[in-house]
Amino acid sequence: MKSFWFRFRRDKLALAGLVIIAVLVTAGFAASLIAPYDPNEQFFDGLTLEGSPLPPSLRFWFGTDTNGRDQFSRLLFGGQTSILIGVLANGIAVTLGSVLGVTAGYLRGWIGASIMRFTDLMMAFPPLLLAIALTAILKPGLMIVVLVIALVNWVQVARVVYAETAALSERDYIEAARAMGAGTGRILLRHLMPHLVPTLIVYGTLGIATTVLLESMLSFLGRGVQPPTPAWGMMIFESQSYFLNAPWLVFIPGAAILILALSFNLVGDGLRDALDPTQRGR
Amino acid sequence: MLPYLARRLLASLGILLGVSVITFGLTFMVPADPVAMIAGRTSTPAIREQIRHQLGLDRPLPEQYARYLSRLVQGDMGKSYARKSDVAPLIASRLPPTLLLMLGAILAELMIGLPAGVYAATRRGRFGDKLAMTLSFLTVSTPQFVLGLTLLYVFAYLGGWLPLGGYGTLSHLVLPALTLGLAGGGWYSRMTRSSMIEVLRQDYIRTARAKGMPEWRVTLVHGFRNAILPIIAMVGLDIGIFMSGVVVVENVFGWPGIGQLMWQAIQSLDLPIIMGITTVAAVFIVLGNLIADLLAPLIDPRIRLR
Repeated sequence: MKSFWFRFRRDKLALAGLVIIAVLVTAGFAASLIAPYDPNEQFFDGLTLEGSPLPPSLRFWFGTDTNGRDQFSRLLFGGQTSILIGVLANGIAVTLGSVLGVTAGYLRGWIGASIMRFTDLMMAFPPLLLAIALTAILKPGLMIVVLVIALVNWVQVARVVYAETAALSERDYIEAARAMGAGTGRILLRHLMPHLVPTLIVYGTLGIATTVLLESMLSFLGRGVQPPTPAWGMMIFESQSYFLNAPWLVFIPGAAILILALSFNLVGDGLRDALDPTQRGR
Repeated sequence: MLPYLARRLLASLGILLGVSVITFGLTFMVPADPVAMIAGRTSTPAIREQIRHQLGLDRPLPEQYARYLSRLVQGDMGKSYARKSDVAPLIASRLPPTLLLMLGAILAELMIGLPAGVYAATRRGRFGDKLAMTLSFLTVSTPQFVLGLTLLYVFAYLGGWLPLGGYGTLSHLVLPALTLGLAGGGWYSRMTRSSMIEVLRQDYIRTARAKGMPEWRVTLVHGFRNAILPIIAMVGLDIGIFMSGVVVVENVFGWPGIGQLMWQAIQSLDLPIIMGITTVAAVFIVLGNLIADLLAPLIDPRIRLR
């Protein structure tokens, strides 16, 4: 554990990513304390006389949006939405994927084969399109978006976990454990799961980046969480027509999505190197 | 090769069949009752029963599926709610621009990813390598709509070098293709890098160097040619990734393909079009995977055919 932290610490980019995530998570969840205004309050002086959004100023740090609302406050609350969906959806996806992957990899047989054929089938659907179809059928709310994204994203985890479990269960030590009378539960929990933990940690982190991006695309297309709940993708969608006159309305939430996704990617990559030093630099 | 081909084809057909089961199942999840929607509020139970019968909704489920499948195979995807026209010809008419865009994106990602990967591999562990790999993370972390809008702002609005969206000439293609392909470029640069590093370790590379061959020739002729083989085979898999991307990119750039059609269908919740495009996309992905599977052993005979 100590050597793991030592290796992770050497990766400056991953460390920077970790710090940024900590800041963004804190900012997102303390949004109601930090935010200068109510994210949904429309200010009388929040628009110019012609009705255009205001550029960044001392009063409105990141300017106002097309409805005269404070962009900084909306950004903070939007971060809450993005992080919450990212962590929850990916948590469900990793749990579902690893349970199904371990089952398929350890049991094999027709159960394993049918699980894996089902993942083949799921891979034939583009994630965004499937998510759009599902949110078009179900009414999108926070939990529906979480479930839809989890339903679309568990497949990758299941395939990786399956491959690792299948390789591990061929090993002699598993055979030895079985010969000594260990039951399936004990083999899975004591002998297989510990070896899968690094993979799950890495996917648990990298997957959040994918999830954040998918959520932002859904919300940009109007199929994410619904207004008035602020979400970064939706903030960009709403200001798209004012983009050339008020580019900060796109660039600021856009940079926020980018920074959040990038941080999770950097930390995930750093974790992969730190957890499996043999793969370093490849 | 032939039994391999037959097995791959059969597997693809099986997946397509599974896709049709899922899309059929999804239409049953729709909370709104299609009969009530067609019949209207003031309809009598008798009329509703008649419509139910006309739509075939009173038949057993397997029979409904068989009818759905036979219509799908004949290219009948139903009627659009909002446009009052058939879905299949609508999608077909929007396909050429999307295919053109994907072609442009494949070109863009290879032109970015391959040189960047070779460069990083030859500078392994040094500043250039680290910079290239960090940039590749940046490209895969950028949401495509943000990238697209940024490119539009810089190159079309501020610079005025390229058109502000639209369709028609080659200059219209540049920015959307770049937007769609940049993330893939980052991905390919990583793949190329590790593939190059693997190849440059081989004995025949050492032999080439020992003969006194100039380093650029070793890298580009002996190294690169072998390193890109497994990567070229993966281009077919990009279709799936692009299928998600076009919805966003075509919307940003006003590109009249199936992505824009999807976007319009989302706004009016036109389910037949949404399901139709999802089905078409799945067919493309299965085809792309099939091409990748068939190309791989042709390109690299060492790959065992399973």
